[in-house]
Amino acid sequence: MSQEFDIAVIGGGIMGCATALRLSEGGMRPIVLDQGDLGQGASGVNAGTLSLQIKRVKLMPYALKGHHAWEAMGEAVGFHKTGGYTLAFTEREAGLLHERQALKAGAGAPISFVSERELRAAEPMLTRKVLAASHCPEDGYANSSLTGQYYRGRLRDQGIAYRERCPVTAIDRDVGFALTTAGGPIRARRLLLAAGAWLKPVAALLGVDLPVRARINTVSVTERMPPLTASVIGHATGLLTMKQKPNGTVLVGGGWQGRGTPQAGRGQVSADSVMPNLALAQYALPALARARVLRSWTGFEANVPDFYPLAGALPGVEDAFVLGCVRGGYTIGPYIGGLMGDFILGREPELPLFDPARDFNEDTI
Amino acid sequence: MTEHVDIAVIGAGPAGANAALAASRHGLSVTLLDEQSKPGGQVWRARSAAILDAPSTPESAAGGALRQRLQNSAVARLGDTRVWQIERTEDGWVLHLLRQGRVEQRRARALVIATGAREFVQPVPGWTTPGVLGLAGATALFKQDLTLPGQRTVVSGTGPLVFFVAAEIRRLGGEVAGVITPNGRGDWLRALPAMLSRPDLLLRGARWVADLMLAGVPIHWRHAVSTVAGDGRVAAVGFRPLDADWSPVGAERGIAADSLCLGNGLIPAVEAAELAGVALEHRPELGGWLPRRGADGETEVPGLFLCGDGAGIRGAAAAEIDGRLTGLRAAQHLGAETASERAALRPRYARAARFGMAMTALSMPRKGLAELTTPDTIVCRCESLTGGVIAAEIAAGAGSTNAVKSGLRAGMGACGGKFCQTAVARMIAAAEDRAEAEVPPPTARPPLRPVPVSALAGEFDYSDLPIPKPAPL
Repeated sequence: MSQEFDIAVIGGGIMGCATALRLSEGGMRPIVLDQGDLGQGASGVNAGTLSLQIKRVKLMPYALKGHHAWEAMGEAVGFHKTGGYTLAFTEREAGLLHERQALKAGAGAPISFVSERELRAAEPMLTRKVLAASHCPEDGYANSSLTGQYYRGRLRDQGIAYRERCPVTAIDRDVGFALTTAGGPIRARRLLLAAGAWLKPVAALLGVDLPVRARINTVSVTERMPPLTASVIGHATGLLTMKQKPNGTVLVGGGWQGRGTPQAGRGQVSADSVMPNLALAQYALPALARARVLRSWTGFEANVPDFYPLAGALPGVEDAFVLGCVRGGYTIGPYIGGLMGDFILGREPELPLFDPARDFNEDTI
Repeated sequence: MTEHVDIAVIGAGPAGANAALAASRHGLSVTLLDEQSKPGGQVWRARSAAILDAPSTPESAAGGALRQRLQNSAVARLGDTRVWQIERTEDGWVLHLLRQGRVEQRRARALVIATGAREFVQPVPGWTTPGVLGLAGATALFKQDLTLPGQRTVVSGTGPLVFFVAAEIRRLGGEVAGVITPNGRGDWLRALPAMLSRPDLLLRGARWVADLMLAGVPIHWRHAVSTVAGDGRVAAVGFRPLDADWSPVGAERGIAADSLCLGNGLIPAVEAAELAGVALEHRPELGGWLPRRGADGETEVPGLFLCGDGAGIRGAAAAEIDGRLTGLRAAQHLGAETASERAALRPRYARAARFGMAMTALSMPRKGLAELTTPDTIVCRCESLTGGVIAAEIAAGAGSTNAVKSGLRAGMGACGGKFCQTAVARMIAAAEDRAEAEVPPPTARPPLRPVPVSALAGEFDYSDLPIPKPAPL
């Protein structure tokens, strides 16, 4: 027997769950479907960095709102506002950092440059080889591992249906949509595709070709260490993010690439990426040398050619919507999910969405 | 610079070492890697220098003979070496190693994985008290150093290992306060026909039991350890009778002891095979989750071969022949003609495997044993997570080992989940009334063993770091 919902959300990551919550608040009856567990894709395996310093200029208003959303979720998602430093070690990097941070500050991020003395006072264990350092007091992190647990609880509390380990294998247009899933047939009047790096194959079920590609980002975690750093540490190129959790473990990321495709499992760690990633981390924080790495992993970060979000109506399919593909999607996800919910509810979103039908090769944002 | 060999073998136990020898005899260059300094694996673990003159045992003799054969062979041995990552390339494999605090690489055209097994201990209240050892762990003490677990030891667990450990403790001069085994006498009787396939091994086991009975050591059949008491050191061991499903049913009794050896069968160590790209399947008769493999150790992944207990618990006697078959199969992959040699070995392998699988059937815990883990029992040692905390996470909807790991960090500590994940998976299956076959272990990730940041970073100049171009603004 099939069940009928107002909307089926395919993909139970941050964006899908946040949208479902807003839709439910607005009176709709959604169901969230995930091929695996909730929040186990990019939402649950990214490094958890919430840094305005590495956000794109045009996405800054969204990132600022996203920061507030994470702060409101608080302890349940392991949120900590620590402030963050972005470091430059060469003249070229210092130039790049000054140029980029000026634009980001102009877009509303409270970024300033700190002196060597200020940096040393705040972070005495960082290397002395820093040529320039910017600081943002709004920066911090959340614990991405808790994404699934958090949203599972929120969906349950709000009485929203969800199915885990329930891949959608076919979608037929009927009155609304008829979904064939591993958990049986499901009917829904509307559809939201929020499947992250799996958007392309999911959209293909509706005959839509979305130009979604995936980056394969690597994250590593160490054993528990004595206090080494109290802030989120980044690098002028964006190729390092590092923070020490309250339990003492140090999480190192920065977008170094692994191998694999979303279609073929969870991706593989590439030693050729992990080693320089950790070398860069050790260069910034020499005492990290003593820590042992316990686990490295990869996650698929979806993007489209202009590296801006897809957020709006799915081109060519009535009553279908798509949300995904944000550089920095972890930060923005909870907020843009709310905007997407408002859009589907027929309300005017607080900030504009990102038309999935745009020309991705032009600068249209 | 990385060395390039025909075949790399990970694990120098009976399976891996024999795979290396068999392939080497066909003229292929073979490197045999192992964490220990000397070959032999856990079962044929080499003696420390201090006890070389001790009387020989079947294990020390078999291990000594194997080490001699390796010595006389062209196999290149790499001891004290940990493999932390395995990567497939177009023309073979890259193994990332940790040796003497440094990382290095080895390349091979074909790869044989023989990583063996580890012990499963069903957590019970007090099982993390100092003085509690794994059953298999205790055998390592005997074999390497003739060390006893304590003065007065309770030996408890499933299958033949419990009797081997008790007999060894007595042979080495220790006192066995009692043997507690979930198996009933009837279980052993039912295993007899299969055990007749290896009368030599059957006789050896019968001698262990006879020795214990003659010495008046109490053997508590169809019982399990239910609590361990002691503040900072084992003082007493509580045990309870079990029903046919091994659920504890009767009142607890106690035995005074200063140590406990506790084990409930072996689990294949599958993580290396997973990193190499093999899918897992659930085969309870072979120890649970296994990498999928075909005849003579071949897999769906070109150039990858698996053998020994890591590919299904069949015991050392089978692993030895399995290793030879797999080494020969790998040699065939690289152009040697080994089909007739393998055909001749298969009947012997089948006999040894039949015996080993009967022992595995006796050793595998039945469902009810999990009830010994109370809400207050530590299940994940690295993160000090109790059964109650994990049960609550499962009740809140975490329906996979990955979800429990994400929510609680069970499996994110130094052991990488090797201690807790089997118990966690069984808790999920029991709570949600799903088959164990529906609850796979969490995603395997490198490093296979912890690696220091300093080793991964190595010696480097900042300007040498291959920093790609920055992300778009």
